Amino acid sequence: MTIKLGVPSKGRLMEKTFDWFGERGVTLARTGSEREYAGAVEGVEGVELVLLSAGEIPRELAAGRIHFGVTGTDLVREKLGLWDQQVEEIAPLGFGQADLIIAVPKIWVDVDTLDDLDAASAAFRAKHGFRLRIATKYHRLVREFLQDNGVADYQLVDSQGATEGTVKNLTAEAVADITSTGDTLRANHLKILSDGLILRSQATLWRSRRAPVDDVEKATLEALTAKLGVGA
Amino acid sequence: MPTRGKIRARAAELRAMFEAEGAQLVETNVLQPAEVLLDLYGEDIRGRAYVTSDTLRGEQMLRPDFTVPVVQMHMEHGAEPARYTYSGQVFRRQEDDASKDNEYTQVGYEVFDRENPAAADAEVFALIQSVVAPLGLRAATGDIGVLMAAVQGLETTERRKRALMRHIWRPRRFRALIDRYAGRAPVPASRAALLAHEDPLGIDVPMIGMRSRREIAARIEALREDAATPPLSAGQVEMLEALLSVRETLPFALEHLRDIAVDMPAITEAVFRIKDRMVALAERGVDVDALEFETSYGRTQMEYYDGFVFGFYAEGRPDLPPVATGGRYDALTRVLGQGREIPAVGGVIRPGVMLKLEGAL
Repeated sequence: MTIKLGVPSKGRLMEKTFDWFGERGVTLARTGSEREYAGAVEGVEGVELVLLSAGEIPRELAAGRIHFGVTGTDLVREKLGLWDQQVEEIAPLGFGQADLIIAVPKIWVDVDTLDDLDAASAAFRAKHGFRLRIATKYHRLVREFLQDNGVADYQLVDSQGATEGTVKNLTAEAVADITSTGDTLRANHLKILSDGLILRSQATLWRSRRAPVDDVEKATLEALTAKLGVGA
Repeated sequence: MPTRGKIRARAAELRAMFEAEGAQLVETNVLQPAEVLLDLYGEDIRGRAYVTSDTLRGEQMLRPDFTVPVVQMHMEHGAEPARYTYSGQVFRRQEDDASKDNEYTQVGYEVFDRENPAAADAEVFALIQSVVAPLGLRAATGDIGVLMAAVQGLETTERRKRALMRHIWRPRRFRALIDRYAGRAPVPASRAALLAHEDPLGIDVPMIGMRSRREIAARIEALREDAATPPLSAGQVEMLEALLSVRETLPFALEHLRDIAVDMPAITEAVFRIKDRMVALAERGVDVDALEFETSYGRTQMEYYDGFVFGFYAEGRPDLPPVATGGRYDALTRVLGQGREIPAVGGVIRPGVMLKLEGAL
């Protein structure tokens, strides 16, 4: 049987993943037409490439339907409860770096820390009659972070894209999102709280703790990690 | 008998006992409108309750407890005084510990009575204690009202008191605020820079979002006022710390609190309430000399209790949740009563945990 390797199916994340494996003698390639999600692995016998949305890779690892997967730390931590019991971190891949941060309008000169955000939230709620809205798609990570830091009187509103625009569009007062250079935040007149770093994320190779392996697959798994020069 | 049947049978027994005490049997829906709970607890509730939704009614929560719907029901059409009992499943997310139940049975007893809060506290505690007595549990008690009174009595600005009151149930944040107000924590550099600036809002940055320039200016003003406020005196902070560290059997704790009240008269009323409760408990046959009291008890749970709090624990079984918990929640009736309020106290028992301790599950 085969060892299944889940890799993001699109864009730079896919290309960089292919490069990272390629540099280690494992060639990943898409096959068929440009639109067909099929792939091939050369350099190790018995490994099957599964092209997936990066957001679905944590779930597939946790379900044990793939043995290895490449996706961001942010997505694993957000989507998997007790993540380290479900997946094992094999190697950070050195790309796809992004920070999950909390940002507020730059004009909020009175807000620089979580402590300020908490106080501003209390005043906002008293004035507007609803809780200060933070737009994000990372509900669990943001909620746990704010709870740990004793911030109250906020609410999370879901934003699956163009999150930095929500403040200007009056659908949120602040955002919690992934940023790598901060350019999009600056362009949207937002600033990062000085203690608002929730998580540093990068593309990472994970191994499922749930995927069953027989003797043949175990040998394949060891051959793959040996070739990649990573422990598993 | 299967587990579920045993728990249900025990729940029925407990409910019948509470009914015999004069409680009216009530039921609530499993699905509760999320709005009410979110408004009460904020985003934190999502971390501990299951939220579901449909496209017509919007977000609904699987009831995380009975207290809120029972209070709502009472505030809408309850007679006074009232005693209620109920039993059924509650649902709690357990994302950090798969060994904890995410669905379990609670049996509750709630008293809405204006006449004599101390007697009502004692009634609920003694009743629940009598139910769990055969299990030989450790009882813990406390009173959130003492700390609240102490905060109200601090010699500082209303704004600072309000901030502390908001964070009574978040001990870490509370501690950080005290440190800052006492001048023990350094002022963040960004704060100092802001305060040193003559016209901090006079920068060339577009105004975006719903929080207005006026609101920002108001907060800067508040920060200036706060910076000009003298620090909390070392004496007051010490007293607050002494108060928070009281942990003794009830009569000694009471004596200790009385001593503190000499220098902190704001807590006098709250201390009298503890004394009245102690007398009422003794009248109900509770061995108050052996009863533990801890000022900080009940502060870490995200709850609505604002007075007497209690819990019953199986010693040597840290793997098990408390068998019973309860407390007074006057403020909750105010929030849900839309202008009306009534003193209320209640408690819940987990029949499943009782059966486990008896070795029956």
